[in-house]
Amino acid sequence: MAEPKTEHKEPTAADFGANGHIQPGRYYGHGLPYLPLDQYPGKIIAIEGTDGVGRSTQIQLLREWLEVQGYGVVETGWTRSALMQPTIELAKSSNTLNKLTFVLLYATDFADRLEKEIIPALKAGFVVLSDRYIFSALARAGVRGVDRAWLRSLYGFAIAPHLVFYLKIDVDTLIRRVLSARGMDFWESGMDLKGGDDIYDSFRSYQNKLLREYGSMSEEFGFRVLDARRPVDVLQEDLRRQVQAFLANSDISVEGTEPAELSPR
Amino acid sequence: MLNNLSSPHEYPGKLFVVEGIDGSGKTTQLALLAKWLSAAGLRVFVTEWNSSALVKAATKMGKRKNSLTPTTFSLLHATDFADRQLYNIVPPLKAGMIVLADRYAYTAFARDVARGVDRAWVRDLYSFAVRPDLALYFRVPIDVSLDRLMARRVKLKFYEAGLDMGWSQNAQESFRLFQGKVLDEYDRLVDEFGLSVVDASLSITDQQQTVRNLVSRQLERPTLEAVNQ
Repeated sequence: MAEPKTEHKEPTAADFGANGHIQPGRYYGHGLPYLPLDQYPGKIIAIEGTDGVGRSTQIQLLREWLEVQGYGVVETGWTRSALMQPTIELAKSSNTLNKLTFVLLYATDFADRLEKEIIPALKAGFVVLSDRYIFSALARAGVRGVDRAWLRSLYGFAIAPHLVFYLKIDVDTLIRRVLSARGMDFWESGMDLKGGDDIYDSFRSYQNKLLREYGSMSEEFGFRVLDARRPVDVLQEDLRRQVQAFLANSDISVEGTEPAELSPR
Repeated sequence: MLNNLSSPHEYPGKLFVVEGIDGSGKTTQLALLAKWLSAAGLRVFVTEWNSSALVKAATKMGKRKNSLTPTTFSLLHATDFADRQLYNIVPPLKAGMIVLADRYAYTAFARDVARGVDRAWVRDLYSFAVRPDLALYFRVPIDVSLDRLMARRVKLKFYEAGLDMGWSQNAQESFRLFQGKVLDEYDRLVDEFGLSVVDASLSITDQQQTVRNLVSRQLERPTLEAVNQ
């Protein structure tokens, strides 16, 4: 049999992320040839971080603040695609997935949201707030031993966000926060990795590994790291300051527009 | 990057796959091959493209609403394949059985690229796939396949005819355009992955003779011993 030839050089993690090759608003890798990206006015702001770190609270507050200023906001988040949500829920509860099928289900969900929600919103000039982006998927799969170059090629169709905020936390603070909020969950504790029956030990060890994965991606993908141990409002203020500075210099800025007078009758 | 698809597997079993466009007759040929192997006392396991329970609901819903994009179409099939490789392909290969696959990763390389996904991306995507011991490609002109399909069906299926691409409102015309591109992609794969070409416009019996000759060359003693244990 003939040796398989490939007409491209092997993509590596370096091609995908590191060394300043990332261009916000452009595809990370091979991209979607049938959907070339023009200079769309919209912006993607991704909030990343592990389970229970407070992403959704921050996004809710940020959205409110952006909308008051007059920015159109669209939210998107993991497993929320109409196409894949029921399948992912079912597969998680039936416990028949292995690491590859797990990764591929999530990638399908992301692709559906990218083409149906994110790209149309970018074209229309919205600010897309993404509760997690591809990085949580990369971190989870990385911890489970999935080939890193393969993962990066797989997500080569993702668009590099304009801003990625990484909510950073240490495992001790995280544990106390998760326990007082809602308790530990099977998947968030990495119980599928079968490191033992004790959910506390499993959670600690799994989240430690996840945090290391996020940490190692921080430079590769240019995360803006925010200390998530701070109170909600302090963290939010930090977030708003950075978002404001970014949007002020963008083509969708509301700065300089004359605010309409609202006179109460 | 993973290199499974480019290096031979080390399982005691054998993996034979059939490829070709709709109406090429590959499923008929696979069934005859399975009969022959079983009659010879070999243990045969057949697996079909897009048949896992895992993504059935999502694929069905996506197809019904015509809401699949080239990329989600591609990823759903890759998920289906990964699931079947886990449950239906690797275990029988480890048990020394003969696995017959009706369509394989090459189907994705041909179809998904015809729909517009990146050629290198879809190859990387399937780099976890076990390399077949033999991949038979049933090459057929579009007119022949279309005649065969029309002879037994009233209506061409939406995705099979590539109607999702919006190239033509007419199903037959769309089928010609879409499957023409699929054929072009298959032709690239012949050399790239060493597919064995079978002339699918020949008679069923002539084709089967070719198939059995090619397969018997792959069934040397080690496999037969493993299977007969």
